Amino acid sequence: MQISIRQLSKSYGSVAALNAIDLDIASGELLALLGPSGSGKTTLLRAIAGLEPIDGGRIRFGDIDATELSVQERRVGFVFQHYALFKHMSVLDNITFGLRVRKRKYRPAREEIRRRGEELLKLVQLGGLEARYPNQLSGGQRQRVALARALAIEPRVLLLDEPFGALDAKVRKELRVWLRQLHDETGYTTVFVTHDQEEALELADRVVVMNAGSIEQVDTPEAILRRPATRFVAEFVERDAAGQYTAAHPPPPRTVHERVARAVRVG
Amino acid sequence: MSAVAVGHRRFRSATAEPRAVRWLLIGFTCAFLVVFLLLPLVVVFVQAFAGGIKAYFAALADPDSLSAIWLTLKTAAIAVLLNTLFGVAAAWAVAKFEFRGKDFLVTLIDLPFSVSPVISGMVFILIFGAQTWLGGWLIDHDIRIIFAQTGLVLATVFVTFPFVARELIPLMQAQGSDEEYAALSLGAGGWQTFWHVTLPNIRWGLLYGILLCNARAMGEFGAVSVVSGKIRGASNTMPLHVEVLYQDNKMVAAFAVASLLALLALITLGVKTFLEWRHGDELAALRGR
Amino acid sequence: MGAIALPQLTRAPSRRRAMPGFGLTLGFTLSYLSLIVLIPLAALAINAAGLGVGGIWKVLTTSQVINALKLSFGGALVAAAVNAVFGSLIAWTFVRYEFPGKRALQAMIDLPFALPTAVAGIALTALYSVPTVPSPGQGWLGVPLEALGIKVAYTRLGVIVAMTFISLPFVVRTLEPVLEQVDRQYEEAAATLGATRWQAVSRIVFPALQPALLTGTALAFARAVGEYGSIIFIAGNLPNLTQIAPLLIAIDLDQHEVGAATAIAVAMLALSFAILFGINLLQTWTRRSERRTA
Repeated sequence: MQISIRQLSKSYGSVAALNAIDLDIASGELLALLGPSGSGKTTLLRAIAGLEPIDGGRIRFGDIDATELSVQERRVGFVFQHYALFKHMSVLDNITFGLRVRKRKYRPAREEIRRRGEELLKLVQLGGLEARYPNQLSGGQRQRVALARALAIEPRVLLLDEPFGALDAKVRKELRVWLRQLHDETGYTTVFVTHDQEEALELADRVVVMNAGSIEQVDTPEAILRRPATRFVAEFVERDAAGQYTAAHPPPPRTVHERVARAVRVG
Repeated sequence: MSAVAVGHRRFRSATAEPRAVRWLLIGFTCAFLVVFLLLPLVVVFVQAFAGGIKAYFAALADPDSLSAIWLTLKTAAIAVLLNTLFGVAAAWAVAKFEFRGKDFLVTLIDLPFSVSPVISGMVFILIFGAQTWLGGWLIDHDIRIIFAQTGLVLATVFVTFPFVARELIPLMQAQGSDEEYAALSLGAGGWQTFWHVTLPNIRWGLLYGILLCNARAMGEFGAVSVVSGKIRGASNTMPLHVEVLYQDNKMVAAFAVASLLALLALITLGVKTFLEWRHGDELAALRGR
Repeated sequence: MGAIALPQLTRAPSRRRAMPGFGLTLGFTLSYLSLIVLIPLAALAINAAGLGVGGIWKVLTTSQVINALKLSFGGALVAAAVNAVFGSLIAWTFVRYEFPGKRALQAMIDLPFALPTAVAGIALTALYSVPTVPSPGQGWLGVPLEALGIKVAYTRLGVIVAMTFISLPFVVRTLEPVLEQVDRQYEEAAATLGATRWQAVSRIVFPALQPALLTGTALAFARAVGEYGSIIFIAGNLPNLTQIAPLLIAIDLDQHEVGAATAIAVAMLALSFAILFGINLLQTWTRRSERRTA
């Protein structure tokens, strides 16, 4: 599903959180919203989901004008920063929640719901944990449950808010690779928010660099690294990423990484 | 270990008091609480059974006592139900939304706690009493509010007004809205979100608030005392009936009814302690501990 | 960019909140608050305005009312002070020491909140009075105290005892969590610097507790001022001596003296709200100083 955003504005009092944002996201793309805290990246993501009321502008999902749609009607798969798993529900109940709350007309049969829940659990490699509760899971496992729950409603687009923010470094790297593979398998249009350059550049097809409610640059990771459009992008991206890849930690020879690593070495 | 004795003085932690001070404080605390808090409770039961078990149950089986018990149960049930609905609605409005005057609203909700119970009952006399225009109209139409159950309910609702709300507001604010937003993004409607996501998360806090609200509602004396008229068998709640029996010098009967209320207090304390021990992390009252 | 042709934007963009229920819950909250609390209190204000300052003043300056107000506020002050001292000792013992039966006593602390006030009232009276006819449980404390020359029941001391009983939990309950969070490192530091245990407690721990202690004491005071049920039995009903202000209101209402009752109520509320305001200021202060020590 293609997403197009036109002149999207939002302010909190006198502070502009989003400054007439224009953005097109191609179908099946994996897009990163990168920026420091307060740059408006999470607000943009929540506005796409319909979680944040906006002051002006339009949001379209393919042929559908989503601007006036409620969050329920938009059918986006949203993965929250701290996962927002329902504490009192088992893993399976969490995952199938979106199906179980549907109107009877659209609700699959109970057996079908269970089957789809188990299928999703297998997809996120958590088969056999359906009866567990969120507090019995590790951080990485919770993250996958949150993702499976979002996928269960067969979303138009997948939105992730700081998907790896709450995880430790090792798990973060593993999940990153896994998320890329999952994206390539399922083909969902995916947008994720991060403040971590390395994460954005390594994982995304294209990166949107944001600052103070505006988009500074939208481009492929190579282009962002090689030809930063503004001084802000140059300063925000190069310093850390260069340090990460060229000196201390040479990137592992994985397809996902290669692209970025090559770009860094050249640049 | 060194064979040389360093000294015979026992090691004392830098943050502990001398043993004598410690035992003095423990002794004082135990003695004070037993004499000052526990003894009155013991007296209630001793006096209630002063005339033997038979006299005790005879006092409770008295028609006026039974009608007081029934009236107390009815009044408390209505007051608790209303204040629970209010508490949940107020907590949802305050915790889930930003609006102007929110802090002021929260302050207003606590207002009844700083009003003397007698004044809490009195304000309803000022509205519905015979001396007012409204009161005269009600009398003409034979609608009884003061000296009737409606007045008791109103006074009780006023006095117990803040209990559920003040427990739920900080709890729901602390829990945030992520789970609700997750449910909405998965297609759940407002009521579905409330029933399936919010309610299970606040259930222990809600129970805690209801428990305290109920204890106060059943035990309220000052506020209902001024609106009731103390008509035996008609507008007397249990605490009011205790007073009537006491003034009539029927000690065994007064303490027998009082013992039921004391039992309610003990049950309330028991459940409250259990909730704090078992579900303390889900109670706003214990946040920050 | 701009490859997709978009229709002309005429409709207003979505300003609606994703979270439902704002109108419903706030509407219900405000209506209910108005009906139950605000309108009744407004009725009090209107009645008071009808009396006029002169009318209110006339009621308040009778000796019976002056004495009752003095007893309610003065007695509450004494009770709060007693609770500040005893409550601090109890809270300290609960937080810092382990001893058998502690759990049970900690649970019992809230008894004055849970026990209906009328029950507390008749129980305290039985306990502290001197029985004319011997009866089990009656005079357990009254008789020995009488032997020491102390009369409690039907005296002002009795009023203060009841007020202390009813407001005991506030100081303990407010202090406990704060005391639990006091970092022992500061006391250890004081010890390494040569401070005695008493110096460490009085100069390091106590200042950290002070804001919470003030808050708890003020709450106890506010509760004791308005208290009715637990006091009237042990106080008796001696004009100018043991009558508390809420009792005068009840008596006036009983005699259909709504004007006099209104005047006393307004005086009490004005003083109580001044106290509530003070508590709010104290709490802001507590929070600020907590942030400073954190």
